Amino acid sequence: MGAHGPATQGLMRWVTTTNHKDIGTMYLWFSFAMFILGGAFAMIIRAELFQPGLQIVEPEFFNQMTTMHGLVMVFGAIMPSFVGLANWMIPMMIGAPDMALPRMNNLSFWILPPTFMLLASTLFMEGGAPNFGWTFYAPLSTTYAPDTVTFFIFGVHLMGLSSIMGSINIIATVVNLRAPGMTYMKMPMFVWTWLITAFLLIAVMPVLAGLVTMMLMDVHFGTSFFSAAGGGDPVLFQHVFWFFGHPEVYIIILPAFGVVSQIIPTFARKPLFGYDSMVYATASIAFLSFIVWAHHMYTVGMPIAGELFFMYATMLIAVPTGVKVFNWITTMWKGSMTFETPMLFSIGFVFLFTIGGFTGVMLSLAPVDFQYHDSYFVVAHFHYVMVAGAVFSMSAAVYYWLPKWCGKMYNENMGKAHFWISFVGFNLTFFPQHFLGLAGMPRRIPDYALQFTDFNTMSSVGAFIYGSSQILFLFNVVRTIVAGKPTSEEKTWEGAEGLEWTLPTPAPYHTFSTPPEVK
Amino acid sequence: MADMSTDNNIVKTVGKLSIVVVAMFAFVFVVMVPLYDVLCDALGINGKTSGERYQVVESAVDSSREIRIQFVATNNAGMPWEFRPTDSVMKVNPGAANNTVFYAKNPLAKDMVAQAIPSISPARAAEYFHKTECFCFNQQPLAAGEQADMALQFIVDQDLPADIHTITLSYTIFDVTAMAAANGAPVATR
Repeated sequence: MGAHGPATQGLMRWVTTTNHKDIGTMYLWFSFAMFILGGAFAMIIRAELFQPGLQIVEPEFFNQMTTMHGLVMVFGAIMPSFVGLANWMIPMMIGAPDMALPRMNNLSFWILPPTFMLLASTLFMEGGAPNFGWTFYAPLSTTYAPDTVTFFIFGVHLMGLSSIMGSINIIATVVNLRAPGMTYMKMPMFVWTWLITAFLLIAVMPVLAGLVTMMLMDVHFGTSFFSAAGGGDPVLFQHVFWFFGHPEVYIIILPAFGVVSQIIPTFARKPLFGYDSMVYATASIAFLSFIVWAHHMYTVGMPIAGELFFMYATMLIAVPTGVKVFNWITTMWKGSMTFETPMLFSIGFVFLFTIGGFTGVMLSLAPVDFQYHDSYFVVAHFHYVMVAGAVFSMSAAVYYWLPKWCGKMYNENMGKAHFWISFVGFNLTFFPQHFLGLAGMPRRIPDYALQFTDFNTMSSVGAFIYGSSQILFLFNVVRTIVAGKPTSEEKTWEGAEGLEWTLPTPAPYHTFSTPPEVK
Repeated sequence: MADMSTDNNIVKTVGKLSIVVVAMFAFVFVVMVPLYDVLCDALGINGKTSGERYQVVESAVDSSREIRIQFVATNNAGMPWEFRPTDSVMKVNPGAANNTVFYAKNPLAKDMVAQAIPSISPARAAEYFHKTECFCFNQQPLAAGEQADMALQFIVDQDLPADIHTITLSYTIFDVTAMAAANGAPVATR
């Protein structure tokens, strides 16, 4: 097959496509749209919290905003963005012509837009959107839920289906379609982290599906899985939820680790330090993620032995994570570093993710968690790992591979401005939230005591800065695609290594129809 | 494109992974839920007492120590019944059978059914707290305006750890009128 383009043109090209690059592109644009939507919800939250008292929204609507913000960001923005990246990059990195199951690939993408339309439509329904937090604890999400909970449950089923199909596709691709000579231990780190992430996904997305199925039965069919009155137990909900939920946070962060492990060696002009230990550390984190779930539930009333087990197991995760941070820093050590936008975002990732890791270790300590639990300290912690972790690495990935994708160079100054505005805005938003949490401000409240005003005002200003920096990002990407400086260098970056950089720029519609030979 | 053997391998991979997906979905229902109940019962964690009537084992009364039993009654949100223990504290010897009653009144002008859910603190005392008779074993119907003394008979095990001097038994009462009507029969309780 030659380098011909898509079979159909116009809109139907995108509906019927089975090309991994087209599907990757759709995933990336979809996730960016969701990022803007979830970001808009966040702006409403921060606008309400700009000063104490109720100014802009009703408390009921505020609860819907915190819930929808979490759901849209986790399931609509971050997860699909990395699936999009996997679609684009994995075949090009392992020398495969396409994903192993191209038609299923199309389906797993096209499930998502209707799903999120369904979820977003609940905002306009009687009773309002889901308001029970993205963790949807029973009985808030069963006995006391708005009627739209049924739409939520159906939505979760659909996005679970999409994720499971996407993961099966990725595993089938990596296991079966590697170019001759590409052994597992020669795979790029991004492929490794996604392979492990995909295994996590197929292990826990069915658990989430089971959980919402139990909710559905409790709400509509009179069972009592989570209703104490009928002999069930709301605490069971939390166990099942976090059995899904803890691996879920590694599902979000592991591909980010992979991205950063690709970018830092490029701009340090040195191979990744400790490749083998990176692989083993990723696998260890994935394994540990299954045995630490109850550290989200220290205050639920566990026996002391349970508290201790989950505390020690959680602290253990700091070891493989520390190995990774050590390796990234050691890769930079004595490297010939340059600081293009992808590198800035990657270094920002390492720095800020490590802060999030430290607060994570603080939260892992059962005795002190009783103070931090459900406070803004937790909010600060997980935004340091989700935003500065996943979103920063995603921005880095877009700048890094955009020239390869579209054959045009983005504006470096605008990219750097995006980074610095994001960096300042992000820290201004979330660093003060640590202090708010330690001082006792609970999460998910629309109003707060007067002494929290200053830090909340700072946080809101930071959020608006961070939010507007993403408009700059969008502008830069669109401008690159429409009017960027054309480039045809195979290796956009001097220090880049890997099969994707042996392909022509922009990457042709079909690549590696004949597998490359990897030595 | 991929040759035949690669296609076969892809099908095999997908087959194996699909089994994992189905197994993990089933795992929630056939392992996690029952295991949670079994663990809670076996270890007495969550302060759950056995939902079964205790089969009395002949045993000597340990009169060398007295255990304070505190009773707490709570109404779940929206439950309008009057509900309280008649004795708020009892002093009992391990091994001896004790009786007390909880008072309940349905103040509304409609028939209702309630279910009381017990919880013990400290949780590790739960496995040493045996009920030979409890209103929590069944749903309790009360007609409009009706009141009742609901019986509880219990034995504290002689093997109760020596450092436990006080046990608090809490009941939360739930309105299960709609649930009872829907099922037509009392639901299994714990």
